[in-house]
Amino acid sequence: MINIFEVTETNKMIEEENLDVRTITLGISLLDCIDSDLKRLNEKIYQKIYDAAKDLVKTGEEISREFGIPIVNKRISVTPIALIGGAACKTEDDFAGIARTLDKVAHDVGVNFIGGYSALVSKGMTKADELLIRSIPLALSTTERVCSSVNVGSTKTGINMDAVKLMGEMVKQTAEYTKEDDSLGCAKLVIFCNAPDDNPFMAGAFHGVTEADKIINVGVSGPGVVKTALEKVRGESFEVLCETIKKTAFKVTRVGQLVAQEASKMLGVPFGIVDLSLAPTPAIGDSVADILCEIGLEYAGAPGTTAALALLNDQVKKGGVMASSYVGGLSGAFIPVSEDQGMIDAVTAGALTLEKLEAMTCVCSVGLDMIAIPGDTKATTISGIIADEMAIGMVNQKTTAVRVIPVIGKGVGETVEFGGLLGYAPIMPVNQFSCDAFVNRGGRIPAPIHSFKN
Amino acid sequence: MKKTIITVVGKDTVGIIAKVCTYLAENKINILDISQTIVQGYFNMMMIVDTNATDKAFGDIVDELDKLGEEIGVIIKCQKEEIFDKMHRI
Repeated sequence: MINIFEVTETNKMIEEENLDVRTITLGISLLDCIDSDLKRLNEKIYQKIYDAAKDLVKTGEEISREFGIPIVNKRISVTPIALIGGAACKTEDDFAGIARTLDKVAHDVGVNFIGGYSALVSKGMTKADELLIRSIPLALSTTERVCSSVNVGSTKTGINMDAVKLMGEMVKQTAEYTKEDDSLGCAKLVIFCNAPDDNPFMAGAFHGVTEADKIINVGVSGPGVVKTALEKVRGESFEVLCETIKKTAFKVTRVGQLVAQEASKMLGVPFGIVDLSLAPTPAIGDSVADILCEIGLEYAGAPGTTAALALLNDQVKKGGVMASSYVGGLSGAFIPVSEDQGMIDAVTAGALTLEKLEAMTCVCSVGLDMIAIPGDTKATTISGIIADEMAIGMVNQKTTAVRVIPVIGKGVGETVEFGGLLGYAPIMPVNQFSCDAFVNRGGRIPAPIHSFKN
Repeated sequence: MKKTIITVVGKDTVGIIAKVCTYLAENKINILDISQTIVQGYFNMMMIVDTNATDKAFGDIVDELDKLGEEIGVIIKCQKEEIFDKMHRI
């Protein structure tokens, strides 16, 4: 039988170490809403999402109360809108109109974000894909809760450099369109390589076409729990260190699995996956960078950071896979800058640069995330940063992503405040040398040799 | 049988267990096990209870125990057993 020490340990994790379920994300397929009439399409989209998600927030709160664990976010992901709107949308504003429908239904069912204003263009773009991509700045500047993502490369297809070039321009334009809010629109836009179909975390969540009609995906978190566990093994060998992370990840993931099963049962929607990520928040003690420091670094970014992150990421996965029957999504350590107080401190202290962050993305679960850069950064430079990150994903057969925010009107040394879970960030310097001729070549980078496994 | 874990943490005072048990008895909640310690003057109790016979919704029990805790000056939490079971048992 459960004893008092185990109960106390669990409750201490929740109350003092910020253990929480970060998100329950309901994935909804919109394929059956496709219509050539724009008005009818919007109506069908609204109705399908509303019917599927009207009890989502209430169910989340009920589960939270039954187990005494916070469930921070309830969210929705939908089929990439480029596929859904292709037949009906003739202009950028037609697509942005769908974004406004998504925004309205998100508001009406009470979720804080809805993901899936997306296009999958890893090899080529259809007319609809390109139109959706060009409408992103308008869509993100006229909505509040809609998140957008574009998959521009994969290990199987190579990198679509035309899309990479276009996305550099769209990131810049989104920043311009939302400059009154410190270019906040860019915080809701992710560019992916090898984007997973079942990721529950925003801003990159969408409901892939390989998925069922509806699905529940859950993202767990708990950097604070790992940090506290590691405090007890200071000075011990790597074996002890790894074992401790593994055991902690197991415990955290089990909570996610439990919540996912309960939500699935209560909503009558099949359970998809648990995403066992260490996702930081700006709250003190909820930081991945602090774990790296606990492993033995003065600041995140010091020599040894990439190795420390690699072992952390690996142990989180090893502990997590045994705890859940289905693991998916991004699963690993997230290293966003603005959402992690330890990372912000590292940047301010001069320990962490964009280049070091890029190296870290080779071994962690995502990519360059929530990084504020000077507003006068050229679109081609942003495309160059995207291309580098996509190449890392393509060659290493992993998901990588870019979410950078060129803050219009601000430069290095200044700080930008996004508020809430998005946090704040010091603006980081970007390499000033040009990559114009490279980005402007056009076409695509072929898939790497190890993708041919047939 | 669906088991529930009730934890009480706070400054030790007269009648904490009595008040909690009275509430449980009134609501037809059966106590299966109690363990209690005092650490540095702080009262720490865990009960395993069976809520099958109660007429109340689980959420209401959570809220009422929380209120009772406020009256006594301790923190009372009521959680379904599965969260502990899942975390600490393979």
